[in-house]
Amino acid sequence: MSSIATGLKGRAELGVALLLGVVGVLVFLDANGLVTPYSQSDPVGPKTVPFIVSGLLIICAVLLAINVLRGGKGEAEGGEDVDLAHPADWKTVLPLAGAFILNILLIDWAGWVISGTVLFWGSVLALGSRRYIRDGLISVALSLLTFYGFYLGLGIALPAGLLEGIL
Amino acid sequence: MDVWSSLMDGFATALTPMNLLFAVIGVLLGTAVGVLPGLGPAMTVALLLPVTAALEPTSAFIMFAGIYYGGMFGGSTTSILLNTPGESSSVVTAIEGNKMAKAGRAAQALATAAIGSFIAGTIGTALLAVFAPIVVQFAVSLGAPSYFAIMVLALLAVTAVLGSSRLRGFASLALGLAIGLVGIDSVTGQRRLTFGQPLLVDGLDIVVVAVAIFAVGEALWVAAHLRRTPLHVIPVGRPWMGKKDWGRSWKPWLRGTAFGFPFGALPAGGAEIPTFLSYVTEKRLTKHPEEFGKGAIEGVAGPEAANNAAAAGTMTPLLALGLPTNATAAVMLAAFTSYGIQPGPQLFSSQGPLVWALIASLFIGNFLLLLINLPLAPVWAKLLQLPRPYLYAGILFFATLGAYSVNLQAFDLVILLVLGALGFMMRRFGLPVLPLILGVILGPRIEGQLRKTLQLSAGDPAGLFSEPIAIVVYIIVAIILVWPFIFKLIRRNRPVAAFTGPSEQSARSEAESPAQAGDPTTTTHQKQEKP
Repeated sequence: MSSIATGLKGRAELGVALLLGVVGVLVFLDANGLVTPYSQSDPVGPKTVPFIVSGLLIICAVLLAINVLRGGKGEAEGGEDVDLAHPADWKTVLPLAGAFILNILLIDWAGWVISGTVLFWGSVLALGSRRYIRDGLISVALSLLTFYGFYLGLGIALPAGLLEGIL
Repeated sequence: MDVWSSLMDGFATALTPMNLLFAVIGVLLGTAVGVLPGLGPAMTVALLLPVTAALEPTSAFIMFAGIYYGGMFGGSTTSILLNTPGESSSVVTAIEGNKMAKAGRAAQALATAAIGSFIAGTIGTALLAVFAPIVVQFAVSLGAPSYFAIMVLALLAVTAVLGSSRLRGFASLALGLAIGLVGIDSVTGQRRLTFGQPLLVDGLDIVVVAVAIFAVGEALWVAAHLRRTPLHVIPVGRPWMGKKDWGRSWKPWLRGTAFGFPFGALPAGGAEIPTFLSYVTEKRLTKHPEEFGKGAIEGVAGPEAANNAAAAGTMTPLLALGLPTNATAAVMLAAFTSYGIQPGPQLFSSQGPLVWALIASLFIGNFLLLLINLPLAPVWAKLLQLPRPYLYAGILFFATLGAYSVNLQAFDLVILLVLGALGFMMRRFGLPVLPLILGVILGPRIEGQLRKTLQLSAGDPAGLFSEPIAIVVYIIVAIILVWPFIFKLIRRNRPVAAFTGPSEQSARSEAESPAQAGDPTTTTHQKQEKP
């Protein structure tokens, strides 16, 4: 491992500083691109606040980078179900995000009942439940229940998608 | 109008069968989400915003009020029975509360927490009813410059005072302000940060932002660090207290209330400082000092009362000034706007019946909590056993549903995922969530006041200082910003004095040490506030 890589190891927080900096630059460029004539009724204009926000972001980015390089560390958040003793478990998070993305792709085409089932079932499996059939049944029931609940109770028509006509 | 008669009118509205039903639903829902890890009142109110759009605003706010108090109540149950406080405001309760539960006095701990919460909540709500109209009378005379200054103060104070790293707080605030900028500028119609994406023109829906940061971010974060060993929940029967416990509890309740309300009513007061102050006071005044650290009832009664009184106090700036100082209040402010109600000092005159019904429903919610939840405590304890895969899959499921039902477009879900990832990152690297949410919600309002101020002064920056209140507020802002540097300087010059200095900094660092003593096995870092 090269020395730079060792220096960066465990400094993943620099990514946060980078993100702040990038957002800061984006806000600046976007505000700079606005064309507005000076108006008596709005002397501040739409640019001022974005400039201030962009400045704040960039200052925070720089200070955070310095803080991290000097050994500062943000404390990871604890909680009832959080066990910080083990490292981040990507084998749970990535399938979970996968189920979420699948739902986004499916919802308008296949409808909420199908995509919602996929979402809940996929999430439960990703989180470690191994009762496939019971989980599947719960997923279908939840999706159907919310579909009709929203339609009948609130007048919100969630997309029926592929099951249009059946539901 | 006379406070008393307005309040009675409020009770008349809030006690109709329909509204009473919403209060019961709110109280039960609030307690459930308060008990359950990963969920909190702010997120619940955000998720319910699209669902309640069809309701009368009054009914919706009555339910929100129930959720707000219920969440507080549920949080204390969890911290007593589990010793892993989900909310920073119940950290102190866990210290003695869990020791009591382990010693077989869970029923008494829950009882003193519940009754103390009821008493503090009732006194706090009464103070709210008395003080809010007085604040309004004062506030209607304020112009845009003062409002601008007060909002800046609220944002900076929440960012600088709460949380362990000011720098990370400000980073979170800046991100929130940037998110708040997205969309059409209301004055000139210019598109800001839309990147040519027509779906962004209307700005990011606050429901989507709040649900993403609170629910999706939390679910992903917990998934990454899910505790694989089941938590040990202390079984409990029906809460009750003996005569001796009453005798030891009533004074701490009243003292806790006295600490809680003023801190809650201040911008950025929060519940951490008063609960901690109450704990320290009870420890000093108790006749049973030997019990402290082993489960002293005073150490549960005082902080719990302080916590609930602070919750009532928080409603004062929200209703009187339109200024939210915690996450739930911020989402409630967003709810006012989504109903087309303009929050601020005009609220009492323009929406008088609604505001008084809301205040009345706070009294009712408090009473319901005591009535319903004392017998239900064993049920709530069972709820803690809910298998975690179902809990977090359910959070994601309902988060998706809530965010999607606002506009029925899949694009919102993409935003939900992106901001959820941001929420994950913030939890990973210790960026507090509250400044971001306040930035999103207050940012556009602050910009509006700034532009109004400078419009009045024809672009002269001196207009910012044209009202005496504004100047006073800026001085406070300056003190808050400069204080840690002065503190550092003092510490460098007089290292001994710094330890005895009665500052918030030292109070906060001490506040973490009892938490450490309370539970040496888990990390001492506290959550900001359970969403």
